[in-house]
Amino acid sequence: MSAFQGTKMNPSKFHKSQLKFLAFLIPLAIFMALPIVYIFFHAFKPIDELFAYPPRFFVDKPTFQNFVDLFTKTNDTGVPMSRFLFNSVVVTLIVVVLTVIISTMAGYALSKKNFKMKKAIFEINTLALMFVPAAVAIPRYLLIDELGLINTFLVHILPLLAMPIGLFLVKQFIDQIPDELLEAARLDGASDFQIFVRIIVPLVKPAIATIAILSFQLVWNSIESSSLYVNDEGLKTFSFYMSTLTSTVDGNNVAGQGLAAAASLIMFIPNLVIFIILQSQVMNTMAHSGIK
Amino acid sequence: MKTKTTKRDHSHWMFLAPYIVLFTTFIIIPVGAAILLSFTYFNAIETPTFIGLSNYVGLITQDEVFMQKVLPNTLTFALIVGPGGYVLSFILAWALAQVPKRMRTILALVIYSPSMTAGVAMAVVWTIIFSGDETGYLNSLLLTMGVLLEPIQWLQSPEYLMKIMIFVTLWGSMGVGFLAMLSGVLNINTEIYEAGYIDGINNRFQEIIYITIPSMKPQMLFGAVMAVVGTFQAGAIGVALSGANPTPQYAGQLMVNHLEDYGFIRYEMGYAAAISVVLLIVVYAFSKVAWRLFGEKD
Repeated sequence: MSAFQGTKMNPSKFHKSQLKFLAFLIPLAIFMALPIVYIFFHAFKPIDELFAYPPRFFVDKPTFQNFVDLFTKTNDTGVPMSRFLFNSVVVTLIVVVLTVIISTMAGYALSKKNFKMKKAIFEINTLALMFVPAAVAIPRYLLIDELGLINTFLVHILPLLAMPIGLFLVKQFIDQIPDELLEAARLDGASDFQIFVRIIVPLVKPAIATIAILSFQLVWNSIESSSLYVNDEGLKTFSFYMSTLTSTVDGNNVAGQGLAAAASLIMFIPNLVIFIILQSQVMNTMAHSGIK
Repeated sequence: MKTKTTKRDHSHWMFLAPYIVLFTTFIIIPVGAAILLSFTYFNAIETPTFIGLSNYVGLITQDEVFMQKVLPNTLTFALIVGPGGYVLSFILAWALAQVPKRMRTILALVIYSPSMTAGVAMAVVWTIIFSGDETGYLNSLLLTMGVLLEPIQWLQSPEYLMKIMIFVTLWGSMGVGFLAMLSGVLNINTEIYEAGYIDGINNRFQEIIYITIPSMKPQMLFGAVMAVVGTFQAGAIGVALSGANPTPQYAGQLMVNHLEDYGFIRYEMGYAAAISVVLLIVVYAFSKVAWRLFGEKD
């Protein structure tokens, strides 16, 4: 009836009808990438270029000096930068791994088990999707104080582990797995734990990858725990250290800008690498897993 | 492990326990405590004393900064950044789905990457770009082009701070919601489109409204919730950019900043808790709209 042929979604090759999308996407992508490209150049600029007038976008004589300065620098209280980086890496690893495990386990129970509170728990969790931690910063502080977590390593980790969005996502994914599959496994004598590890986990990899990305960004970029709950300089994280560099960039601080740009780059690179690794998994598994 | 069979009746609690304990401790209790504290006067040293609704009454009737600056700022910021970032995410995801895979992956990566760095950590870059003297990138560019005659103190200017905050947040808002929508568009069965064309869909706009969006409601909703939460989480950006709380003339003061101002600077914890409760209600109201639009009806 209609001759209209609309969108060719997910085209396999280039066709000139796609030019209109590219004409819109490419300039926008370039524009969005500018500040990030700028960090790259800025991080490698020697001091005279950092403060050249007029300021230049590109780096002329790239140098690693900013990174050397950053790594050899200690903060006002004598804590070396590497300590902050170490703290961040350890905290991030622990939080990402535990969040994935905790959310997937809870998602399995909420999706495939039958018990009274099931619906209520999921509904409360769905409400908590809208939870904005900053909104309850004060009672959280009082609670963490009450629990004796102030000035401990755990305070970076524990508050971030329950991630409503993670549970939500993984539960939605597990819902797609047919009950028959689990029933068959059970008849073959598989225990609950085996079903979880052998069937659920491999089938929900896309959701797991997504939780990992979300959780990584949350913890790696977080400065709340260091600024609010930790006074001991040696226990603070790299993201927090970086935010203190920002406050010293007031236009007069020549060294500060280079350091801050180098630190931004160090903050950014793991984000990028992790995303590149996980995005291919998210997209690929989604396309081939047959989970709709 | 092989022979041990867990008791089925209660096994769900084993899987749920870690999540529930953490969830209750760090989400439920703080929210409950915020509600309770909001009815008290509490200065963090003496025991809280019950004062009824005084905090709320004060917030609405006496806090001029709140009613004249903070609330309008928050609404302006949220209404532009939330729906704006959301619609932009969808359009980008939709357009990206229509280019070949390799190009799509690269473009998606570029568009997504600002959201990885978004937040306070990125403020360092923006403070350099928007730096107030003539060595600031924007000032330098505009001076060279002859648009400006003298440099502008972008981040200290009440006139520009909010606009810059909105711009910076929008720039970083193509996050996980955007990715979810991209995979949502890509996973729509092509037969649905074919059927749609036979049923008389004859332009792209109809196609989006009647096929694309209804077919990817779960991702649309996920994206919307992410947009709402992301918007309110971005609240600290004004303070990070201007380097001061309160922001210059309260121009970039959002509810999150107002709350921290009272809670951590003035130690009026009860009052800050009342602001928390109002903020939670605002977030809830925004999310409710999203659930209405895209929630599964069944």
